[in-house]
Amino acid sequence: MSLKLDGSQLLCESLIREGVVDIFGLPGGAILPLYQTLPQYPNLNHILTRHEQGAAHAADGYARVTGKAGVCWATSGPGATNLVTGLATAQMDSVPIVAVVGQVARASIGSDAFQETDTTGITLPITKHNTLVMEARDIPQVVKEAFHIANTGRKGPVLIDVPKDVQTEIIELPFDSFEEYYSQIEVDLPGYKPTLEGNGSQIKKAVKLIDESNRPVILAGHGIIFSGAYTELRELAEKAQIPVITTLLGISGFPDDHILCVGMPGMHGMAYASLAIEEADLLIALGMRFDDRITGKPSAFSTQSKKIHVDIDPSEIGKNIEVDVPIVGDVKRVLAKLNPQVSDNTHADWLHRIDELKSDHPSHIIRPTDELLPQFIMKEISDVTDSDAIVVTGVGQHQMWAAQHFTYKHPCTFVTSGGSGAMGYEVPGAMGAQVAAPDKTVWSIAGDGGFQMTMSELATIVENNLPVKFAIINNNVLGMVHQWQEFFYDKSYVATGYTANPDFVKLADAFGIKGLRVTDKVQVRGAIEDAMEHDGPVIIDFVVEEEERVYPMIKAGGTIEDLVEEPTKNPQEVG
Amino acid sequence: MKTNGSSPYRTITALVRDKPGVLNRVSSMFRRRGFNIASLAVGHSEEPNQSRMTFVVEGDERTVEQVNKHLHKLIDVMKVTEVTSENVVARELALIKIRATGDTRTEIIQIVEVFNGKIAGVAPDHLVIEVTGDPDKIESLLGLLKRFGVMEVMRTGTIVMERWIGHLHDSKAAAKNNRKNWGEAASV
Repeated sequence: MSLKLDGSQLLCESLIREGVVDIFGLPGGAILPLYQTLPQYPNLNHILTRHEQGAAHAADGYARVTGKAGVCWATSGPGATNLVTGLATAQMDSVPIVAVVGQVARASIGSDAFQETDTTGITLPITKHNTLVMEARDIPQVVKEAFHIANTGRKGPVLIDVPKDVQTEIIELPFDSFEEYYSQIEVDLPGYKPTLEGNGSQIKKAVKLIDESNRPVILAGHGIIFSGAYTELRELAEKAQIPVITTLLGISGFPDDHILCVGMPGMHGMAYASLAIEEADLLIALGMRFDDRITGKPSAFSTQSKKIHVDIDPSEIGKNIEVDVPIVGDVKRVLAKLNPQVSDNTHADWLHRIDELKSDHPSHIIRPTDELLPQFIMKEISDVTDSDAIVVTGVGQHQMWAAQHFTYKHPCTFVTSGGSGAMGYEVPGAMGAQVAAPDKTVWSIAGDGGFQMTMSELATIVENNLPVKFAIINNNVLGMVHQWQEFFYDKSYVATGYTANPDFVKLADAFGIKGLRVTDKVQVRGAIEDAMEHDGPVIIDFVVEEEERVYPMIKAGGTIEDLVEEPTKNPQEVG
Repeated sequence: MKTNGSSPYRTITALVRDKPGVLNRVSSMFRRRGFNIASLAVGHSEEPNQSRMTFVVEGDERTVEQVNKHLHKLIDVMKVTEVTSENVVARELALIKIRATGDTRTEIIQIVEVFNGKIAGVAPDHLVIEVTGDPDKIESLLGLLKRFGVMEVMRTGTIVMERWIGHLHDSKAAAKNNRKNWGEAASV
């Protein structure tokens, strides 16, 4: 017996063996053979997006919720280049994606053929790996390796570029079933062996530092979530009574309502979290990369502390901050080895000091006012959903407020574009999250700017009956940029104001979505409850003041001395 | 282009998969991270389907450590080694086109002989010189020839290989002493 399959069938069959169910994509000439094969595979659920950027961000949101690679498809040329923002976002935040892209036929490569671009060249620095497949025979191997690379080590996006005639090339396999063929393929990547187990003697050194420390803090990053180290993190924190600070992407990796949780530090983090880092004598950095939004000026960052850095990517160690004890490994496995060796501790004085910092610098308190504050909206959605929703944000002020004022209790419930800071993530990202978790409530916290970048995906959301709830924090400006212009450019507001935003309620109606407008604080709770009760997508247009600013703030490249905790009459104090 | 510790130049070798685009991946990584390559030489290795690259990189120890780690991170790079020992053979081939008239020809040939070089080509108004050696030797020769009028220089970039350490040494221990080895395939 033998099997005869063409390149497209090989691809679909391989995706199915990798457990793929949902694919976000948009067809075009160079990927048509693959699309025309889809009807043979009813188990593959293709979601037709309105733009390839939507497909990439949706695959990203899908992956952040499931922890497994999201899949997107696009055609050659503009289809591939439209994926770029989404791939770069995934690369920066270590999100697993497998992107399959059509390419012009092999004989046309290099001839500037219609819709030809050098896709592997363009995406080389923004993917973990990419491959141009030149023989149909290689497809199963390439797909298997793509998922292996995307889902292991420091996760990330992998792109597979498939020329049109490779998709139609027929090959014969000497096997009875594809299943049998695929299961005997072995990943052949001699240059790729991620270090998972931490070095024993390094772990011993870390234990010693932890046992000797008086003022330790844990900095928990995205690695906690992607390695699934929640239990281990909690165990370490509770055993040695160590306060836990979560980075932007570490949020939801440790419950916000836990007594040891100190929240997010850095540029717009809680003042007490940044101050705790400053006063600490030991930083235990777990699956995080000392981003500049956290460190400010690296040479002035947490100068009194020794530092332990656990990360699966050796190149992150010593990249931004010099550390005392580096441990390369999967954070879950490292903690599983480390925790039993760590002595019980109470750190009573230090925890008392943290409480003092919290009461002296109450960044989490929303100021009492009758105004409709974005911070209050966040708090209300958090309360109404009882922290049981997945929150997806765009980028900017609303993102920071969503990070600050929601109470996240469960892993993978905060989905946001961190490193890349890609506005427009909020609509397709939420779409991907909802496809990944159809039974969960997904709230998209959107800015009016970012929302308009990708709102074409509302049609995809309606088409696929996805009940995403949108809260547009509508201040008619590009809020964060506006804030920087106030603080750092003497209130010279250049190109940040919108004078003709659409009527978002009518827009909702045009898409067949329930639309609500909230202009007053007293309407907030009712609107959120209405949205929750409605059995489909909802857009709430929260009309807020443009002057509201995100605090606390530490300017870019600043130090703890530059911390500004609350509104000030004089913007120069911030700048 | 020295390779000793006090110099700002360090030598790194990488064993890579011989696949299309590998050189692009490597050079793109150097560009993107802002690392400076002083020279780069690539060729087949002793293994089929594997090439060896030799980089001479400008930077302090921390920079070179980052170069190593980022090289490792590339899926097609299998092994990275920093050559820190003095006990290595470092060689480069240079072709030098130099102005030569009846008056100067003999003197040039004498100089080239001292450097164990060869006259690879002769023309009425110039000579093509072929010389092999460590980069310092080539620099010295170029310095001496400068006054005759150097028309063109073509250099391969340095390639390096450890010398045999001797029977008494365990070869693994010797390798450990002479190289900073970032381990095989520690990419993520």
